[in-house]
Amino acid sequence: MSILVLAEHDNASIKGATLNTVAAAKAIGGDIAVLVAGEGCGAAAEAAAKIDGVSKVLVADNAAYGHQLAENVSLLIAEVGKDYGHILAPATTTGKNTLPRVAALLDVAQISEITSVESADTFQRPIYAGNVIATVQSSDAIKVITVRTTAFDAVAAEGGSAAVEAVGAAHDAGTSSWVGEELAKSDRPELTAADIVISGGRGMQNGDNFSMLYALADKLGAAVGASRAAVDAGFVPNDMQVGQTGKIVAPNLYVAVGISGAIQHLAGMKDSKVIVAINKDEDAPIFQVADYGLVADLFEAVPELDKAL
Amino acid sequence: MKVLVAVKRVVDYNVKVRPKSDGTDVDLNNVKMAINPFCEIAVEEAVRLKEKGVATEVIAVSIGPKVAQEQIRTALALGADRGILVESDAEIQPLAAAKLLKAIVDKEQPQLVILGKQAIDGDNNQTGQMLAALAGLPQGTFASEVGVEGEQVSVTREIDGGLQTVKLNLPAVVTTDLRLNEPRYASLPNIMKAKKKPLDTLTPDELGVDVAPRLKTLKVEPPAERQAGIKVADVAELVAKLKNEAKVI
Ligand SMILES: Cc1cc2nc3c(=O)[nH]c(=O)nc-3n(C[C@H](O)[C@H](O)[C@H](O)COP(=O)(O)OP(=O)(O)OC[C@H]3O[C@@H](n4cnc5c(N)ncnc54)[C@H](O)[C@@H]3O)c2cc1C
Ligand SMILES: Cc1cc2nc3c(=O)[nH]c(=O)nc-3n(C[C@H](O)[C@H](O)[C@H](O)COP(=O)(O)OP(=O)(O)OC[C@H]3O[C@@H](n4cnc5c(N)ncnc54)[C@H](O)[C@@H]3O)c2cc1C
Repeated sequence: MSILVLAEHDNASIKGATLNTVAAAKAIGGDIAVLVAGEGCGAAAEAAAKIDGVSKVLVADNAAYGHQLAENVSLLIAEVGKDYGHILAPATTTGKNTLPRVAALLDVAQISEITSVESADTFQRPIYAGNVIATVQSSDAIKVITVRTTAFDAVAAEGGSAAVEAVGAAHDAGTSSWVGEELAKSDRPELTAADIVISGGRGMQNGDNFSMLYALADKLGAAVGASRAAVDAGFVPNDMQVGQTGKIVAPNLYVAVGISGAIQHLAGMKDSKVIVAINKDEDAPIFQVADYGLVADLFEAVPELDKAL
Repeated sequence: MKVLVAVKRVVDYNVKVRPKSDGTDVDLNNVKMAINPFCEIAVEEAVRLKEKGVATEVIAVSIGPKVAQEQIRTALALGADRGILVESDAEIQPLAAAKLLKAIVDKEQPQLVILGKQAIDGDNNQTGQMLAALAGLPQGTFASEVGVEGEQVSVTREIDGGLQTVKLNLPAVVTTDLRLNEPRYASLPNIMKAKKKPLDTLTPDELGVDVAPRLKTLKVEPPAERQAGIKVADVAELVAKLKNEAKVI
């Protein structure tokens, strides 16, 4: 059986999440084709051809796919994907937006955010904010799956030499259009791919105080995240939210500063290798998952930490 | 215009759910149930559209057992005009939920359908997108801002990199993110009034939808437990541990 992987890309390059998704495809086993749908996406397609373990790259280069509008891309994937046994995408906001549409067009279920491949038709996925792991088996002919990228180690971005083929007619549903984007610009590593993540919560009190965390992050080469409370209060933008309904991270080191440790937050970070919590309340639930807990006022501890590094 | 809102009955978000010891299912005995938080946001958005004079009628739909009426009544107390319960005791997976909602959309012809982006039990994040595909409608998922402008709706979406704005032709499907609005509390008089609002009951059979599950849950289990570690006395000890013991910096 062959597997189709939807590439996450920005037309110029392939995003890391694609490499984790190819890893999940390898765990399923079979020929792996990567679909690059975009506009002026030749460079991304060439990069995809080098990914380890990929046997074919399918490119759909068309204005209709330029902004990855789900209405258009889902029609393409449903057409190209109907001959495959599995269709995979990373569980990014792009994958989550598009893949359920594909599943519905193919009249099959989607298996969301798998964290493990048990066999070609059986997968594990977290439910109830990660408090329960379900093992589910699909009876559909085509398995449409989103992949929790932190659960699969990325394959090498280099080393392959897949053939590149153009595919698919242009599908333009004509019902939606892209107006604009406000993307956070940062020189720090991407939250979901960083080795170290430092997150701030409501305890930070305001957006300005986050500069303490940015300074620390820059020393450590870390990314900066936040709790929902910090985002809702307007301290930092939404793309920094870690949790059940934000981003899922699993870095080597996660430092939670002024975060209480609600289950919805833990759902997004408890698979981190080492967890540090800095909180002035010794009973804060975050300490129940922390490898190293420091009961302290963050406004003293963080500057001290900055100096000590 | 008519607005249709999907509301799901789920375990209250404060409850820490555990698998049953035999691993066949999750233990939902005697746990508090509530309207899915994202669905509450969907209801609030629809009611605000009505208050602005954009929407003329707000219909709340739930799919589930008879007791899911409670969540429809909550939606009615928040300001929805009438309710529809698609009654079923079966496990309704997202594709089936989307097909049932599509059947209701065909009957009611709403201009806008608002759903939660995900239900906090299944965490699937699928139903709205599937409904949009089945009905051939455009979608604005993970919305943090919604504005109806004539025959179109503008939706600002929370995406991984930040925010994206799209314009959709009506009718359209929108799914809510957390920051779209802050739902109001239902007042006592409104809770009383809600009891008198119309609530129709339909069945999947009447809607001609096959709800047979496509995914079989083989087992459920708790995740690997994390052991609480140690408390360090001060920053110096923390740094020493991170360098020498954990070796992560
Ligand atoms: C449907 C739903 C989805 C959700 N999704 C998410 C999600 O994805 N991510 C998420 O994070 N949350 C999510 N939440 C919210 C979650 O339930 C919590 O409300 C939130 O995580 C709390 O954020 P916090 O820990 O920053 O704030 P609080 O719970 O208010 O904790 C602040 C902490 O800071 C400490 N503190 C204060 N001052 C200091 C100081 N000077 N020094 C040291 N410590 C200090 C306090 O002791 C306290 O423990 C969701 C909730 C719902 C209902
Ligand atoms: C072991 C196990 C046993 C289960 N048993 C049952 C069971 O017996 N009965 C059962 O109902 N579920 C059961 N479930 C849960 C069920 O499988 C999921 O809830 C279902 O797949 C729907 O996913 P979701 O709600 O996460 O969808 P999502 O796609 O995350 O939902 C998004 C939005 O769609 C709308 N929506 C979704 N479903 C409904 C609905 N029913 N009514 C109105 N609006 C809706 C809401 O607006 C919601 O916010 C079980 C799950 C497991 C793991």
